[in-house]
Amino acid sequence: MKRELTCIICPRGCGLTVEINGDSVTVTGNACPKGQQYGVDECTNPTRTVTSIVRVANRVDTMVSVKTENPIPKENIFDLMQIICAKEVNAPIEIGDIICDDVFGTKVIATKQVK
Amino acid sequence: MLKCDIAIIGGGPAGMAAACAAYDAGVKDVIVFDREDEMGGILRQCIHNGFGLHKLGKELTGPEYAAVYANMVKERGIKVYTNTTVLKLSNDKVVTATNTDGILKIKAKAVILAMGCRERSRGALNICGTRPAGIYSAGTAQKLINCEGYMVGKRVVILGSGDIGLIMARRMSLQGAKVEAVCEIMSYSGGLTRNIVQCLEDYNIPLYLSTTVAEIHGRERLEGVTIAEVDANRQPIESTKRYIPCDTLLLSCGLIPENELTTGAGIKIDRITSGAVVDQNRQTEIEGIFACGNVLQVHDLVDYVSDEAEIAGKGAAEYVMGNKTSGEVIVTKAGNGVRYVLPQRIVKNDESVSLFLRVTKPFGKVKFTVKSGDEVLATAIRLKAAPGEMEKLTVKAEKMAFAEKEITVELEEV
Amino acid sequence: MNYDIIIAGGGVIGGMVARELSKYNLSVCILEKQNDVAMGASKANSGIIHGGYDPEPNTLKAKMNSRGVELLYKAAKELNVPFKQNGSMICAFGKAEESEVHNLYNRGIENNIKEMRIISGDEARKIEPALSDEVSLVLYVPTAGIICPYKLTIAAIGNAMDNGVELIRNFEICNIKKNDSGFIITSTNGQEVSAKYLINCAGCHGDKVAKLAGDGEFEIIPRAGEYLLLDKAEGSTVSHTIFQVPSANGKGILVTPTADGNLLTGPTAAVVESADNNEITPEGIKTVIDLAKRSVPEIQFSKVITSFAGVRSSEKNGDFIIEASKKVEGLVNVAAIDSPGLTSCVAIAEYVTEILKNMGVTLNAKENWVGNRADTEAFNHMTDDEKDAFIKQNPAYGKIVCRCESITEGEIRAAVRQNPKALDMDGVKRRTRSGMGRCQGGFCSPYVMRIIAEENGIKMEDVTKKGGASKMVVGRM
Repeated sequence: MKRELTCIICPRGCGLTVEINGDSVTVTGNACPKGQQYGVDECTNPTRTVTSIVRVANRVDTMVSVKTENPIPKENIFDLMQIICAKEVNAPIEIGDIICDDVFGTKVIATKQVK
Repeated sequence: MLKCDIAIIGGGPAGMAAACAAYDAGVKDVIVFDREDEMGGILRQCIHNGFGLHKLGKELTGPEYAAVYANMVKERGIKVYTNTTVLKLSNDKVVTATNTDGILKIKAKAVILAMGCRERSRGALNICGTRPAGIYSAGTAQKLINCEGYMVGKRVVILGSGDIGLIMARRMSLQGAKVEAVCEIMSYSGGLTRNIVQCLEDYNIPLYLSTTVAEIHGRERLEGVTIAEVDANRQPIESTKRYIPCDTLLLSCGLIPENELTTGAGIKIDRITSGAVVDQNRQTEIEGIFACGNVLQVHDLVDYVSDEAEIAGKGAAEYVMGNKTSGEVIVTKAGNGVRYVLPQRIVKNDESVSLFLRVTKPFGKVKFTVKSGDEVLATAIRLKAAPGEMEKLTVKAEKMAFAEKEITVELEEV
Repeated sequence: MNYDIIIAGGGVIGGMVARELSKYNLSVCILEKQNDVAMGASKANSGIIHGGYDPEPNTLKAKMNSRGVELLYKAAKELNVPFKQNGSMICAFGKAEESEVHNLYNRGIENNIKEMRIISGDEARKIEPALSDEVSLVLYVPTAGIICPYKLTIAAIGNAMDNGVELIRNFEICNIKKNDSGFIITSTNGQEVSAKYLINCAGCHGDKVAKLAGDGEFEIIPRAGEYLLLDKAEGSTVSHTIFQVPSANGKGILVTPTADGNLLTGPTAAVVESADNNEITPEGIKTVIDLAKRSVPEIQFSKVITSFAGVRSSEKNGDFIIEASKKVEGLVNVAAIDSPGLTSCVAIAEYVTEILKNMGVTLNAKENWVGNRADTEAFNHMTDDEKDAFIKQNPAYGKIVCRCESITEGEIRAAVRQNPKALDMDGVKRRTRSGMGRCQGGFCSPYVMRIIAEENGIKMEDVTKKGGASKMVVGRM
């Protein structure tokens, strides 16, 4: 099987060709090793970093921006969003503070400081 | 009247990087003016990731990238006036600003313009139909959602496939809205390909090229839009019109540098970039006034904004310290396939020069040539080139020696 | 509630009538069907104070216009509404059109218009350099001017309210009962008010209101006019209001600076099905651009910041209708007020008061009537030192909310508090210009939403663009 992809690791957006023959996956068109990895992952276990916001309960009309520390399986994005949407946290919050521990194999962490 | 060495107007990515660069080059008396309650500019609402790969070697979200630079400013003890809006800049570098303490006037030895840009509005696009609620520029919706926590709509059409439009398509989808379509009047997207993949394709959002929003419907809240394919003159084709019900229309139709203070000071503006005409130090045609970031030219990546701001910051510091660049002035010109070249002027010295440019339309493999007269100063091959992606070409110092009067950058398809 | 007089319609005519009546010991109420005043033709017209050369002599239009100019300048000063007597030029393009310049001049003389003169194209270009070389003869009317029509309406109603007049918004009249003591008026949302006299200033809906009251004598023809408004950077393209003489090409398109310093071009004139039909059309935009360029070829239409359409109310006979109803006692119709309605508004109010007097309304002057309204733009006009001192007392004036127009939080809060209060985004925009600049609210709307919510004690989710279902956001996350 052969797939044409655009690498999303960096703004360069290399056009990748991924050939899958049984267990062997070959990636061409990538300018760096990250592209190689992306090509393989995208065809075997596609993942994405998810970013969103979470309510800050003890501050008026305040939201804190968050992200998954590592990419999560693409198929779990909306499951994670449900968890994030239901979540509330309390300030003060520092960048990197854990918002949700252990979700889909990673953590959700704050990307903004709330004093 | 207060005095300072360098006044920086705007505390977004450009202003913060310029402040640090000026400080590090040896000028400590730097003041940054920012109209918001904290620095960071538009990055504060760009909660998605993808920032910093080039500049910081890691992938950060907007608020994280802003925090890195805000901390650098704090560490240096640079003075920052937040919640302070600059009202006026005079050509003798007097900055008039206002905040809740009153009106302040500061006479600076050098000024760095870093005001950023604004989005093209519905009015400027002349879209026909009614004027209901529910029509937002993509950045305004982004602020309402990401900073204020209010959802702007449930069923969305996006006009314009610039990066903010694409990012917002994903953002709205994640928050449970149905994004019906992204329409792009051009035959190609102005956004990065990676964003088309991860913001549209991931969420099965259709991108209609050569398509525009021809009419807006609804009296109070938006009820729907009529979209249509466009002809060669970008006019809607009647037979292709189709109605899409929606309660929200987001506009991502281009960014315009905010140069009202610049023109107020009498600084010359480039018709193509809509930013000031500058030299390689990002000095405008008024000595001691510099410009960088999206107020100078609209960038695709914040990393390059930071780069440019460092050039301006260092340039301003050198100017204040009395190390003025002087020499023959060479003008840069956009040749075949090139829309603009920045800087527009080069004051010849014995250093290499980086040229930033955008192409006129999408190309496959191209060869860029930098020429002065018959002398080829530099060439570069790119596998593809698109208007949405800024190109950088460097002319080495030894080659610059051959430059006379004018430098032209052109491309040929190879 | 029962009133002496009810005014149907919170436009510039209803507003000026209300202000005029607020001078007397009468209870007066304005019924407005929208969430704010000045929502019909009063917010979307050319903003021109016409010289008065145009109306057919001896019509109501001619009388009201010629008397109205001076009265309007006076009222604008009292109400602190920005205006400018910038003069107008009515241009002929070549020999064939020149006779029309002479016709208009002669009509102006008959209408008793002063200071007009006919000048050559070259003379005109000396004082208006951007004028097309094709302009061959010009009727120059120095007394004409420009004014902000919605600010005038808001100020008139605000001043009337300061003097005791009531305003009920979102009152769409659906039934009018007439009995011996007067009118009982009900709205679509179930409110009821009554009054002895009813003054119908309902603009494009004037015929409907008259019919509901039992008078079906006239029919309003709604006529849409589309405009393009340009950035303030283009506001000095011309200094005069430039008209084209009516010709085989139609009534022509005007090019004018606005009282706020933008450049305005328009209007088209298309008969539309309904008064609500204020849509922008591709044909309209094209007509405006093509015809405006005929007068001033160098207009930079790339600097358009918004387009809009207003629907004017006209009638088949072409004149204003300002009279006591012949069929319904106590009803005064003020209808078909199209151009020069804005210029005539104060004269019309004076005339309506005269009609009421003849109908037997007792006009006892209030002792404490105040005709002046606070200058809402006072801060804007201060020097930097004055602003500095003012901000030290009122810190909210140091926070810029609308960066394009440099409008502060203090100015916005004042506008939201002052009569008639701004309840929605468009209301703030028309009162302060916040959101009216080149970014069209892109940056300031989240801040303005918050101020409106705070000032009116409502949730952000309930802030609207213009009342009704026009909510800005759909929910809190």
